[in-house]
Amino acid sequence: MMDVIIIGAGVVGCAIARELSRHEGEFMVLEKAADVCEGTSKANSAIIHGGYDAAPGTAKARFNVRGNAMMDALSKDLDIPFRRIGSLVIQTRSQEKEALLSLLNRGGRNGVKDLRILEKDELFSMEPNLSEDAERALFCASGSIVCPFHMTIALAENAVQNGTAFSLSTRVLSVKRKDSCYVVETDRGEFETRAVINAAGVWSDVFHNQVSEKKLSIIPRKGEYLLFDKSAGSHVSHIIFQLPGKMGKGVLVTPTIHGNLLAGPTAMEIPDPEGVNTTSEGLAELKERAMQSIRDLPFSSVITSFAGVRAHEAGGDFVVGEAVDAPGFFDAAGIESPGLSSAPAIGEYLAGLVAKRLSLPEKKNFISTRKGIRNPSSLSMEERNLLIREKPAYGNMICRCEMISEGEILDAIHRPLGAKSLDAVKRRTRAGMGRCQGGFCSPRVMELLERELSTDALSLTKAGGGSFLLTGRNKDDMGKEASHDTT
Amino acid sequence: MTRHDLIIIGGGPAGLAAAISAREAGIEDILILERDKELGGILNQCIHNGFGLHTFQEELTGPEYAARFIEKAQVLSIPYLLNTMVMNISGDRTVTAMNRTDGFFTLEAGAIILAMGCRERPRGALNIPGFRPAGIYSAGTAQRLVNMEGFMPGKEVVILGSGDIGLIMARRLTLEGAHVKVVAELMPYSGGLKRNIVQCLEDFSIPLKLSHTVVDIEGKERVKAVTIARVGPDRKPVAGSEERIPCDTLLLSCGLIPENELSRSAGVAISPVTSGPVVNESLETSVPGIFACGNVLHVHDLVDYVSEEAAQAGRAAANLLLGGRKPAGRPVRVLTKNGVRYTVPSEIRPASMEETCTIRFRVGDVYRNKSIALWLGGKKVYSKKRPIMAPGEMEQVILKKEDLIKETDLAEITVSLEEG
Repeated sequence: MMDVIIIGAGVVGCAIARELSRHEGEFMVLEKAADVCEGTSKANSAIIHGGYDAAPGTAKARFNVRGNAMMDALSKDLDIPFRRIGSLVIQTRSQEKEALLSLLNRGGRNGVKDLRILEKDELFSMEPNLSEDAERALFCASGSIVCPFHMTIALAENAVQNGTAFSLSTRVLSVKRKDSCYVVETDRGEFETRAVINAAGVWSDVFHNQVSEKKLSIIPRKGEYLLFDKSAGSHVSHIIFQLPGKMGKGVLVTPTIHGNLLAGPTAMEIPDPEGVNTTSEGLAELKERAMQSIRDLPFSSVITSFAGVRAHEAGGDFVVGEAVDAPGFFDAAGIESPGLSSAPAIGEYLAGLVAKRLSLPEKKNFISTRKGIRNPSSLSMEERNLLIREKPAYGNMICRCEMISEGEILDAIHRPLGAKSLDAVKRRTRAGMGRCQGGFCSPRVMELLERELSTDALSLTKAGGGSFLLTGRNKDDMGKEASHDTT
Repeated sequence: MTRHDLIIIGGGPAGLAAAISAREAGIEDILILERDKELGGILNQCIHNGFGLHTFQEELTGPEYAARFIEKAQVLSIPYLLNTMVMNISGDRTVTAMNRTDGFFTLEAGAIILAMGCRERPRGALNIPGFRPAGIYSAGTAQRLVNMEGFMPGKEVVILGSGDIGLIMARRLTLEGAHVKVVAELMPYSGGLKRNIVQCLEDFSIPLKLSHTVVDIEGKERVKAVTIARVGPDRKPVAGSEERIPCDTLLLSCGLIPENELSRSAGVAISPVTSGPVVNESLETSVPGIFACGNVLHVHDLVDYVSEEAAQAGRAAANLLLGGRKPAGRPVRVLTKNGVRYTVPSEIRPASMEETCTIRFRVGDVYRNKSIALWLGGKKVYSKKRPIMAPGEMEQVILKKEDLIKETDLAEITVSLEEG
């Protein structure tokens, strides 16, 4: 019998797992993908919002503001790349100043500090590439950028350090109440548990509705993004928002923590919770809308586009807490924006709630810190040479765009919840994330995975499951009839 | 800090030819820095034939062509470091590099020749919508997997872009047992060599669809299908022309980009047209003492021209190092007209040029029955008829020093396409 099973290893599930691991107990995270951070957590704006946007009194407002405040300590403790660069909500000539003032007011009521209105002159001195229509802006000093992959992975690794089990590539099929506990049925067998925490993202309504009569309804909302080369990374130096509309916060343009430039998202309701395809309409709309706030965006420097699906709950707010008619079943559902910002606070709150409910004692030897993959580019030349002498793999460059060495990739493969796929290496080290998008380093990373995991190259995947990178060896299919189309 | 007279960044065809010619011109202290585990660069994965027709009057494979230069460099005892990544070049010609055995180190150079080659344009830069499953490769990555590692990237293949690597891979994959269903090309003409269209597509009955592009990619784990569509004159997809093609692989051969991150770190001015350094008649960049040649300078069609150009860069660097350089004098700009997209070099200092200077360029469209004309100011000094010119093939015109020095106060040199 487990004490707690968490469904979903996105940033919310991992934040809960990490907080829960402060307590004694048997905890397990079940994730259908082959790695953590494979759903909404990997495809979003990578922003820690200030917290002025959500309506006062909502769960969104409360967890966002608290989550933001937690990030300084958390990023230090868990070695997460994080920077408070400040955000600007731009009001253009054709928009009302009132809208900006009401945001300012809302922020105050939510408890957001460091908010102020900037007039045109100051605004343009801070951001010379704003569109000429920009009139004034709401500045929020606590708006921050973060690496969502590293944040999720760091939380997960720290939970593992503290004894939490992760079962990846494990799809939850159903959750059923049995006496005073739950049975979680998966494609790898059944688990009994005293409590379930539902952090299943776009699928969170499915599991909730299996145990509760008070139904949830997740409406998948797709957002498309464009990522620019690092040469465009300083086009703006703050997170630039547009005034929020009905479908979300509008299109933002921001530097990323790794020095690229990011624009997005669009907002489109879609039927498929995993419909993470980009569309020509979406990308065209995104370009047009990004240009409304920023001028001279260098679209020729775009290195990739991607889409994420946010789990919008019909009620419009996060659903965080114990289901009223299902004791021991806790939801973290409907976690759309500002979900990344709120994750640490949701984790803190839910873990506290569950620990209290199950009377889990605090762990005496909780390990509160975790070190990330060593970043040689932050070392001095002497330190780096010492490192290479000790571990020559750090002198072998694998990804020439992002300058990632074999040493970092070996670290990614061999740490807790180590990388087993090309994407898993990419998200942990950035190898393949640069301007050539893995053209040069993919075969070399594949070689390292094959060697280090003692596996066969043909079983290597892009991201687990059936995402095989190779289909065979040369001439395997020689002489076979060319297949005929069936469509 | 160790000093070398000449440091060459890259041990592919350009770097090797540059090193050999610099040594033959009298430079003893040369060091080639190569990031891969062997010399030869991208030629090592180009196992098809057709290399060396101009240089050796023979049809060699890529590795054979490279071997001729590698052997010569070895006979000349030109030093090189393998598995060595250059991390930075500064404007004062300090080179920072790294490898497993020497760690992080800096070198000082009397002159530098940039010969880093180019990379392929990735999917993201092409703005192709759809999912992002496994099975999407640039053609060169697939070439490495098949030719060097013996792995098939797919069984049912669609290729977008008719650049030479894409065409070569259409044939290679077919020979290795895959089924190449179609090559789609956005432009109304191929970006590759005519001989490759014939030998790699037509000989294998692989259809080439010009004015077509990929508008959707299906498959959450592995590619399941792509949708291609015809594009209009504005290169936008025409509604209703979509065709869904089941496949497990999409190869991209949509252009090459000179790899100039290091050049930029040294402050070298980059041409927006070629994405390579702006160079003069000596193939010297805007930073004195830093030269460039091969695909890092501009993307070539044939490696023979890379070798030729690189040899010139080697001689020019040697000339500088041996103090043979005359006062340069005023540079004359090379202008382009009527369909000539760019020229390399883009400026000429008559006093510094060799007896002749090959001006290389590409045209922006397919042209029939035109002449390439070379003008010195208002005087046409050369004209050559060309029955057909295409963007996929490099063109050249030879500028003679004897013509140039006759002209005093020359304002500009112009390369132009003309009727008849």
